[in-house]
Amino acid sequence: MAKKVALLQGNEAGAHGALYAGCRFFAGYPITPSTEVAEVMSAELPKVGGRFIQMEDEIGAMAAVIGASLTGAKVLTATSGPGLSLKQENIGYACISEVPAVIFNVMRGGPSTGMPTGPSQSDVMCAKWGTHGDHPAICLVPASVQEIFEETVRAFNLAEKYRTPVMIMPDEIVAHMRERIVFPEPGELEVVDRTKPSVPPEQYKPYDTSFGDVPPLAAFGSGYKFHVTGLNKMQDGFPTTKAEVVQAEEERQVRKVEANRADIMKWEEYLCDDADVIVVAFGSTSRSARFAVNEARKNGIKAGLFRIITFWPFPEERLMELSKKVKGFITPEMNLGMCTGLVKGCIEGNAPVLGIFRVDGEPINPGQILDKMKEVK
Amino acid sequence: MAFDYDKYIRPGKLPHIWCPGCGHGIIMKGLIRAMDSLNLKKEETAIVSGIGCASRLPGYIDCCTLHTAHGRAAAFATGVKMAKPEMTVILCGGDGDGTAIGGNHFIHACRRNIDMTYIIMNNYIYGMTGGQFSPCTTTGAKASTTPYGNPDPGFDIAKLAIGAGATFVARGTAYHAAQLDKLIAEAIQHKGFSVVEILDDCPTTYGRRNKYKSVVEMMNRLKEVAVPVKAAEKMTAEQLEGKILTGVLHKVEKPEYCEEYAKVLQRAQAAK
Repeated sequence: MAKKVALLQGNEAGAHGALYAGCRFFAGYPITPSTEVAEVMSAELPKVGGRFIQMEDEIGAMAAVIGASLTGAKVLTATSGPGLSLKQENIGYACISEVPAVIFNVMRGGPSTGMPTGPSQSDVMCAKWGTHGDHPAICLVPASVQEIFEETVRAFNLAEKYRTPVMIMPDEIVAHMRERIVFPEPGELEVVDRTKPSVPPEQYKPYDTSFGDVPPLAAFGSGYKFHVTGLNKMQDGFPTTKAEVVQAEEERQVRKVEANRADIMKWEEYLCDDADVIVVAFGSTSRSARFAVNEARKNGIKAGLFRIITFWPFPEERLMELSKKVKGFITPEMNLGMCTGLVKGCIEGNAPVLGIFRVDGEPINPGQILDKMKEVK
Repeated sequence: MAFDYDKYIRPGKLPHIWCPGCGHGIIMKGLIRAMDSLNLKKEETAIVSGIGCASRLPGYIDCCTLHTAHGRAAAFATGVKMAKPEMTVILCGGDGDGTAIGGNHFIHACRRNIDMTYIIMNNYIYGMTGGQFSPCTTTGAKASTTPYGNPDPGFDIAKLAIGAGATFVARGTAYHAAQLDKLIAEAIQHKGFSVVEILDDCPTTYGRRNKYKSVVEMMNRLKEVAVPVKAAEKMTAEQLEGKILTGVLHKVEKPEYCEEYAKVLQRAQAAK
């Protein structure tokens, strides 16, 4: 049987990806340009026995998904810049209490209200540094409608596998773009569920590291009773200020992601093998970059594209390797140099990094990238 | 035979953090008696709190307990209840947590009439941070951030809850300990959002700044100002001056949120 094909908007694809992954609870608050995610979830979730709630604010929406996740549900919220700022309090809560959740954030102009209908790529640092304290960060940056669907499924898988909030951040262009999408068949994409406890309730501890860096998570209402707090906690979930316990737990929470970078990181290398100049780009900007690379090749410039798909953890190791054999990197991005700084930081001066920054609500066009390539000597 | 509180207390988690003379422990015992009278299953009961002294209560009770962020108890709890409506969900916290930073979540939980019970321990102060004034601090009172007297008018939590749409609103005090379990049990049994405001004392950060000489004096004040709603019916406006009504203040039947959402599920599935 032929696969189901549709013309779908990026945000709609995100909602359908979430449903494919088994999402059964959504809490959100209206915000441009992500609202279509909530609209699709409000229509589709009750059909499959899931639940949708529009909360009183962004903070409450993030809180509600954490509460629902603790009952065992796969959960999603969607927002954009100012909403992401508000959600950061409870994103930190999900990090320290180790509760899986997916945050679908559409990047628009900022800071503050900025340009609600204009695209940007300026939330990528907020994905890692937005909430206070040390914590793990996983952030995915898809570049097409099909990829939004597939990466949303992967976002759920990573959240469940590593017991942590995961952000998926299409920019407004990709989120509002309409493209052909081929729906994966059930079972075609991997779907991961969180590990449930194998011990009886009386022996259960919510942060029992004898099961590894990602302890099994029981569900409220499933016969297990346990305590969850945003305070630094012990293995049994109760607060502690004992120095050695806090140090070990904080390190484990970050390690469970950092030690699994290879499993989480994802990128695409396009014509990079012999490239003299590599464009490092993500989201809609990578589409302009691919066009520019193809044009450059026609003109005899050995150009390549390194397309970031997992923004956090950042692909430092591979960029370091590539930096040893290129004459330079071009880093076009719709912000004032967030990715550029990261690339510079991980290649230790091996090659020049030439940024192209736009924060005027307009996309970076291939011509700008082609012009910049000429500066690489 | 004396009531056995231990069956609901988590082994090894006492002593609690509350100061001598604080009424929170009296309220926790009232909650435990209420849970016992309703025979609530620990595994099927979630107790959710925010931040502050009162919000430490869930850690001591042997249920599914969720100690959330400041003011967010109602929002986290809404997620728990929506995702698992068969669970009994009880919220607890202080006046600052619930009506200042958590005010928005509070009024919207009231509006939805979602079947949860919110116990607000009103001691008129932010105790854990050292005694700053809250939205419930008496006008003119001294707090660590009102050294010249509090210029702010206060909230009447019960009126706020009624105005926002809560369908069961009661008020008790830490002095009237025997009444608490009945008020809380009735609130839990009520289908819809129930609010139980419990007037409390904070000798450490409120009493000493406001010329209360002892905990006994603070408790006596609760005894003196409280008037049961039934008794108030026979009293004149003059006699009620400065008094605070206690008991069940408001009880109406309205559609409950999770039941209404169950109808959404039916409509969506019928249309499929």
